[in-house]
Amino acid sequence: MLQVQTVTRMFGQKAAVDAVSFTVDGPAFVGIIGRSGAGKSTFLRLMNRLIDATSGEILVDGRNVLALKGTEARAWQSQCAMIFQQFNLVPRMDVASNVLHGILNRRSTLQTMFNLWPRADILRALDILDRLGIVEQAPKRAEALSGGQQQRVAIARALMQDPRIILADEPIASLDPMNAQVVMDTLKRINVEDGRMIIANLHTLDTARRYCDRVIGMRDGRIVFDGTPDQLSTSVARDIYGADETFNEAATSTSIPTDTAADRSYADLMLS
Amino acid sequence: MVDIAFGPERGKRPDLANNREAYMEMVRRKRMYGGLLLVIFVALMASGWMLADDRNAGGFWQGLHQVFEFPSEVFAEAWQKSANLPALFWKHLPALIETLNIAAVATLIGALAAMALSLLATRGLARWPRMIPVFRRTMDALRAVPEIVIALVLIYILGGGPVPAVIAIALHTGGALGKLFSEVAENADLKPVEGLASVGANWSQRMWLGVIPQVAPNWLSYALLRFEINVRASAILGFVGEGGIGHDLKLAMQWGQGRYDQVVAIFLLLFLAIVAIDRVSDHYRHKLVKGH
Repeated sequence: MLQVQTVTRMFGQKAAVDAVSFTVDGPAFVGIIGRSGAGKSTFLRLMNRLIDATSGEILVDGRNVLALKGTEARAWQSQCAMIFQQFNLVPRMDVASNVLHGILNRRSTLQTMFNLWPRADILRALDILDRLGIVEQAPKRAEALSGGQQQRVAIARALMQDPRIILADEPIASLDPMNAQVVMDTLKRINVEDGRMIIANLHTLDTARRYCDRVIGMRDGRIVFDGTPDQLSTSVARDIYGADETFNEAATSTSIPTDTAADRSYADLMLS
Repeated sequence: MVDIAFGPERGKRPDLANNREAYMEMVRRKRMYGGLLLVIFVALMASGWMLADDRNAGGFWQGLHQVFEFPSEVFAEAWQKSANLPALFWKHLPALIETLNIAAVATLIGALAAMALSLLATRGLARWPRMIPVFRRTMDALRAVPEIVIALVLIYILGGGPVPAVIAIALHTGGALGKLFSEVAENADLKPVEGLASVGANWSQRMWLGVIPQVAPNWLSYALLRFEINVRASAILGFVGEGGIGHDLKLAMQWGQGRYDQVVAIFLLLFLAIVAIDRVSDHYRHKLVKGH
């Protein structure tokens, strides 16, 4: 379904993405991990055509999407939704309008200027918001919502596009652990229930292990790891992040701890 | 506190008495520089004045005592006929409305042109990034030509009347507002624009939904300010035959002979109109920028 073939993006003399190749069959949940500047974001932006690749091909059902131009490139963007770390909603517009922006590619400029959306599409937007549990926020301005809610609006906008592939660029990096879990659970549900492929850049290993079917590790623009979450051992992680023995993933983990020893000792202290 | 700021050793602490001396020295030095600059400024002004007076056709000093003769004549005559003023206000009101309409239509058309020009000329938003210098120079050119020059040219082509005035003011407004609009748009947050780009929205959709809502309050505020300026411009254009209250003023002043009460009435009308616009636009601009 998706074939990435030696995709390269140069920024001056430096290769931000360096001859990246991989293949995904079927609607998998793919996680991309790596330290800042490893080229994860650049790769997703290439795929969504927000920036152009220097060389290489991305074949989706045999069609090279990197070669598309103008209207065709925008039509591809509408089939390949993107979710951003900072949500990238229109803050002054209401939530339902932001969701409706997902079908802008099908709407003319004039229809957009006069805010003319078909009734069926408005109802569909509300259904999607209902599915994500935030339909009561529909008339509010997007900027009035919390970070977790805004990210769910962004996911709703992506679903409105009815895409085959959803790209998520650090979708939970600016959220607290509770909201992060809600957002990741939502993405997983979309992956399983709708059968849409999801490619997500993730900044924590435990998230990658918990949600992904497949993990790709990038370092300095190259793929240095490609396997299942079970194969993602601490030594592999050290290799991906270029860290030494002092690297301890628990130190930066954002998951809620499962062991209750600390709670127990605190309870004992308070009861004694 | 002294220990914290300067360390524990006594030798390194500043001597308070000497410090005063040093500061007074600095004050004296600054005063001297200031005084020197003032002397240079006065000398330059005086020499420039002499040069300007030499180049003056009539002579400044000979004409100086006559400066107030014309206004006093106007006011004296207007005072005698002050009973006419209310009727004259009423008579010239349609002309004032014409002047205001010219300014309003010109501001509207100019602002619409400025919207398009400014977005096309803003780095990061432009539809064709390589064409940015072209659109910038276009705005510079529109700004550089004064309204009155465009109006004089158009009068030859189109004849006198409000339409050439509207075109002349709108062209200048397009250039002037385009520059200001572009500066506002440069500071717009690009995240919504990127989000809209990722769903496959075209350029005009990205601008309309991603940029315009952000910049609208500031743009409106600049457009209201421009409206005030355009009312004055529209009154001046009446002098060269574009209709409106400027035309009435020119006729009243030209024919002299017992029409100075009209001059005063027109000036008062214009003054009141500008004060009213100033107050109203001030109120709304404040509301738009501060958000309440």
